[in-house]
Amino acid sequence: MTNLEKYNQAFITALGVEENMLAALEYQSVPQWDSVGHMQLIAALEDEFDIMFDTDDIIDFSSYERGKEFMKKYEVDL
Amino acid sequence: MLFYKEIEKYGDASALITEKGTVISYQELVARADQIGKAAGQRCLVFSICKNVEESVIGYVGFLRNDIVPVLLSPDIHAELLADLLNSYHPSYVWAPAGQAGIAGTVIYRDGNYELYRTGMVVDYSLDSELALLLTTSGSTGSPKLVRQSWNNIQSNTESIVEYLGIAQTDRAITTLPMNYTYGLSIINSHLCQGATIILTEATLLDKTFWALLKSQKATTFGGVPYTYEMLKKLRFERMDVPSLRYITQAGGKLVKEMAEEFNQICLKKDMQLIIMYGQTEATARMAYLPWKDAQRKAGSIGIAIPGGELSLIDTEGNGIDEPEVVGEMLYRGANVTLGYAESRHDLNKPDENKGVLHTGDMAKRDKDGFYYVVGRKKRFLKLFGNRVNLDELENLLKKEGIENACTGQDDHLKIYITHMEQEKETIDYLVSHTAISRGGFEVRHIAEIPRNESGKILYSALEGK
Repeated sequence: MTNLEKYNQAFITALGVEENMLAALEYQSVPQWDSVGHMQLIAALEDEFDIMFDTDDIIDFSSYERGKEFMKKYEVDL
Repeated sequence: MLFYKEIEKYGDASALITEKGTVISYQELVARADQIGKAAGQRCLVFSICKNVEESVIGYVGFLRNDIVPVLLSPDIHAELLADLLNSYHPSYVWAPAGQAGIAGTVIYRDGNYELYRTGMVVDYSLDSELALLLTTSGSTGSPKLVRQSWNNIQSNTESIVEYLGIAQTDRAITTLPMNYTYGLSIINSHLCQGATIILTEATLLDKTFWALLKSQKATTFGGVPYTYEMLKKLRFERMDVPSLRYITQAGGKLVKEMAEEFNQICLKKDMQLIIMYGQTEATARMAYLPWKDAQRKAGSIGIAIPGGELSLIDTEGNGIDEPEVVGEMLYRGANVTLGYAESRHDLNKPDENKGVLHTGDMAKRDKDGFYYVVGRKKRFLKLFGNRVNLDELENLLKKEGIENACTGQDDHLKIYITHMEQEKETIDYLVSHTAISRGGFEVRHIAEIPRNESGKILYSALEGK
């Protein structure tokens, strides 16, 4: 799996959303991405890429697209 | 007299601060609240859709000040459930954000983004003179069962909370819990009673805006359910710079001992306090708390009864347990024990059925120093992120949808076993849309057949590990 596929899969598994929903996905835009879903998503990404998010990044990880920028910060090329 | 009827004495002190930083004084709060109360007129029943916004709090204050009985509901309530509740209770009015789904009627008053709808429903019922407020038991499974709270319940519980937390006018609580949830409401009540300030926000702890508001408005306290503490841990609360916080509270389920110990240490270092508490909607809100001076030596305990209340234990025969370290059902006595339940509008004239005694349904033990420890539950229910979910009720709901199932699991992790895996999506969709259960709080598993004993009862022990 490429990193992008892993990134996508983390969303699909943690939030239980379909792949075609990803591009427009924002925090609290769907019932599945509530605070509980957010915690599971962060945990899934940390496990998958063996990284640890800073507090500021966890609370600023507000959309699928925005999250991609943070992955760069943790040296994950998507 | 209920404290809300005299909060104008706080004059130009700040009552509410909105997300945008607008300050609403007590004087303004009372004036706007009474306008809404006057628009509704005489004593009647109102459905109030709650959010952590000024209009929602102002409406609530207006109803209580004017002897109008509000039913506090979640804004995420499913339209079908809202329709069921409307048909069961026939409220005269609904106070809701403009555009709330499922509400029909004539708008007779507006304040900000909220509207007061006259429903025109027939009032073929009466309200008991003691009745002040109605709350859902959890809202999670969409049961129409409401808890009946009296003026005296609210007054006495608020006074107790103010006393043991030492809430002063200088306190500034930031919202972290829904207003229609008894714990969130108790924070609003106890602060407005003291002329203190409520910082209103719809943002969650996982929003940047929440922490920015907490810091800029110098919040002194907030409350959290066990899951809130999981989030705080993940956010590495120990490294956050939040000097304005004086204390934080925890209720809505059991915080495991290790977490309590960890947060005790964090709070010690931050020169703030962690107050562990215990309560239920059936007791207005609060029944027990663990004083900070005892937090470390009694970690894992729910503490002692709140001022004016009394805890005790009974065995299966109903006899009192006096010896320490013996498990029994926990009983609570106090003026905050609510009047009872209502299943429809015809129950709203019922008198006090509990007479100040509540069987909590929690199994607990008491140590030799008189501190209580909850060890289990009498009935089959879970706490999911602070909300109580009755597993039998949930099974019946799914069954009605034609889904053969068995529900079990632990707090914050519900497991639903279904026999037809092709119904997985239907099960998930139903729970997400019809209940307040978060998608992250449950898992659907497949089992060929639901294990049952000879009399047809589900054998939950046989499901463990499947």
